[in-house]
Amino acid sequence: MSDRQSSNAYWQANLRIIYICLAIWALVSYGFGIVLRPLLSGISVGGTDLGFWFAQQGSILCFIALIFFYTWRMNRLDAEHGVDE
Amino acid sequence: MSQFTLNLLFITASFALYIGIAIYCRAKSTAEFYAANRGVGPVMNGMATAADWMSAASFISMAGLIAFTGYDNSTYLMGWTGGYVLLALLLAPYLRKFGKFTVPEFIGDRFYSPTARIIGVICLLIVSITYVIGQMTGVGVTFSRYLEVSNATGLWIGAALVFCYAVLGGMKGITYTQVAQYVVLIIAYTIPAVFISLQLTGNFLPPLGLFGTHEGSGVAFLAQLDGLVTDLGFRAYTEHHNSTLDMVLFTMALMIGTAGLPHVIIRFFTVPKVSDARKSAGWALVFIALLYTVAPAVGSMARFNLTATMWPGAEQGDTFSQPAVSLADIETSPDLAWMRNWQVTGLLNWEDKNGDGLIQYYNEAGAANAPVAAVIAEQGLVGNELTTVNNDIMVLANPEIANLPGWVIAIVAAGGLAAALSTAAGLLLAISGAVSHDLIKGTLMPNISEKGELMAARISMAASILVATILGLNPPGFAAQTVALAFGLAASSIFPVLMMGIFSSRVGKEGAIAGMIAGMLSTILYIFAYKGIFFVAGTNFLPDTPDAWLFGISPASFGTIGALINFAVAFGVSAISNRPPAHVQELVESIRVPRGAGGAISH
Repeated sequence: MSDRQSSNAYWQANLRIIYICLAIWALVSYGFGIVLRPLLSGISVGGTDLGFWFAQQGSILCFIALIFFYTWRMNRLDAEHGVDE
Repeated sequence: MSQFTLNLLFITASFALYIGIAIYCRAKSTAEFYAANRGVGPVMNGMATAADWMSAASFISMAGLIAFTGYDNSTYLMGWTGGYVLLALLLAPYLRKFGKFTVPEFIGDRFYSPTARIIGVICLLIVSITYVIGQMTGVGVTFSRYLEVSNATGLWIGAALVFCYAVLGGMKGITYTQVAQYVVLIIAYTIPAVFISLQLTGNFLPPLGLFGTHEGSGVAFLAQLDGLVTDLGFRAYTEHHNSTLDMVLFTMALMIGTAGLPHVIIRFFTVPKVSDARKSAGWALVFIALLYTVAPAVGSMARFNLTATMWPGAEQGDTFSQPAVSLADIETSPDLAWMRNWQVTGLLNWEDKNGDGLIQYYNEAGAANAPVAAVIAEQGLVGNELTTVNNDIMVLANPEIANLPGWVIAIVAAGGLAAALSTAAGLLLAISGAVSHDLIKGTLMPNISEKGELMAARISMAASILVATILGLNPPGFAAQTVALAFGLAASSIFPVLMMGIFSSRVGKEGAIAGMIAGMLSTILYIFAYKGIFFVAGTNFLPDTPDAWLFGISPASFGTIGALINFAVAFGVSAISNRPPAHVQELVESIRVPRGAGGAISH
C-alpha cells in the first residue's frame, strides 16, 4: 500500500510539473506569438515587434528550454521517489 | 567541372554513404528490425528523429510558404516544433515504458480490444501512406531537376535505394542512415543561408541576420522587406492578416498532429531508458531547430532577393529608382541563367504583356492603393508579368538566385534527397510494422515464428515501397491537400487516444473506440465538405472560402476540433460504460513510473 501511495504522490508531482510547463508552452506560442501580439507591439525587435520574434524564433527556443527543464526536473523527481531506472 | 557532374558527384557520394551504413547495420531479429534493439543513445536518436521528421515539406516547401505569406505562416514554425513539447511531456516516456513495438499495439493492449487495435492500424495507414506519397514525389522532382533524368527514373532510383537500406536494416539500418542524412540535409540547408545572410545583412548567422540591418539601405531588414513588398501591392510581410482563431487552431492541429504521428513516436521506442526518451525529444528539437530557426531567414531573404531581381532599385532600398528587369537580360544575362533553368521545369514563368521589353512584377489585387499604381499608369501595364512563381523555388533556386558557387547547388540537391528519403524510410517502417506486427502477428497468424514475422516485415516493407513508388509516379491530384488530412487525422484520432490511454484509467474500450471513430469521421467529413469527396473537384457541397467555413475554421485547422470531439465522446461514453478491468488499471499504473523499462524488451 505504501508503494501505491508513493507512486500516487509521484504522479501528482509529475502532473504539477506538466501543468506548469504546458502553461509556459501555450504562453510563448499562442500567447506572445499570436493572441497577445498586439499588446507587445510597442516593444520593437529588429524592424518588427516582439510578437513576431516569438512567432518565428522565440517560441522554438522556449520549447527547447522547456523539454530540457522537464527532463532535468523529472530525473530528480524519479530519484526522490525511488522510481528511477 | 560542369554543374551536372558536380550534382552527380555529390548525390552519388551521399548514396554510397547510406548504402555502406545499411550493409554494416543489418537487422537480425524483430527487436532489431522494429526498435534497433533499444540501444540507440538519446543524442543519436534525437538526430535520427530530426531527419525522420523533417521531410521534403520542411526542407523544400516550408521556407517558400513563409516567404510568400510572411507572419501568418509562422503557424508552421510553431506548430511543427511545439509538438515535441507534447511528445516529451505527454507521450514518449510512457510509450517507451510500455515497451512494445508499434502504436496500434499500445492502443490494443491498453483498451483490451482487437477492434481498437485495428482502428489504430487504419488511422496509421491513412496518415502514413498520404505522407509517403509526398516524399516520393519530392524525390522524383529533385532527381529530374538536378540529374536531368525523367521523373519516373528518378523515383525508381530513390525506391531502389530505400529498398536497400530499409528492408535490410529495418529500424537499426534506418536509424544510422537517418543520422547521416541529417548531417547532409542540415549542411545543405544552412550553407546557402549563411552566404545569403552575409550578402544581405552582413551577419553570418541567418537567425540573427533576419532581425539585423539590410546592408544596401542601412534600414532594418524586415522593415526594408515590408516596404518593398507593400510598394508592389503585396500585403506587409510582418503583419497579421488572417483570422486569429483560425491561426490558433491551425497551430494546435499541427502540434498535436506532430505528436500523434506514428513514424515519429516509434523512434522513441529505440532508446534504452524512459529518461532517455525525454532527453531524446529535447535533442530532436535542438536538431530540428537548427533548420527551423534558419527557415524564416531563408524565406524572407529569398523573397527579398527574388523581388530585388525583378526591381533592381530595391538593392539600394528604393524600389522604383531603376526600371524593372528587362526581357533581354532575363533571356541572355549569365546572372539570370537560373530563371531560364527554372522556366523549363514550369515552376517559374514570365510574359511581357504590354510589349515594353521589361518584366514588371507586382500584385494585381493590391496594386490600386500602393505606390506601384503610379508606375502602372505611367508605363501602361496591363497585368503582373512574372506569371508563375512556385513556392518551392525559394529553397531549390536560392543558391542560384544569390549567385553561389556550383558545389553549393550540388549540396542542396543531395540535401533535398536526404530529407525526402529519410522521412520515407521512417514512414515505411511504421507501415510495415503495422502490417506485419499488428495485422499478421497480432490478428491473422498469432502463432507465426519470429523468423516468419521478420520475413513478413521485410515483405510488407518491400510491398509498401512498391505502392508508394507507384502512387508517387501517378500522384493523385490531391497530393498537396492530403497533408491537411494526414495531420488532421493524426491530431483527431491518434493523439487523443494515446493521451487518454496514459492519463486516464477510467476510459475503457467502448469510450476509446467511439472517440477514435467520432474524431476521425468528423474531421474527414469537414475536410471533404469543403475540399470535395476524396478531394475530387466539384463534389464539395460547401464552397471552400473563409466566409463559408464554420466559425471561420479552415479545413486544415479542423483536426483540433476533431480532437476535442474525440475527447468529449470518449469521456461521455466511458461515464456510462464499465471501468477497465484490473489488469488494465495495473498497466496504466506501470507505464506511469519509469523503473523497469529495461526488462521490457522480451517479446
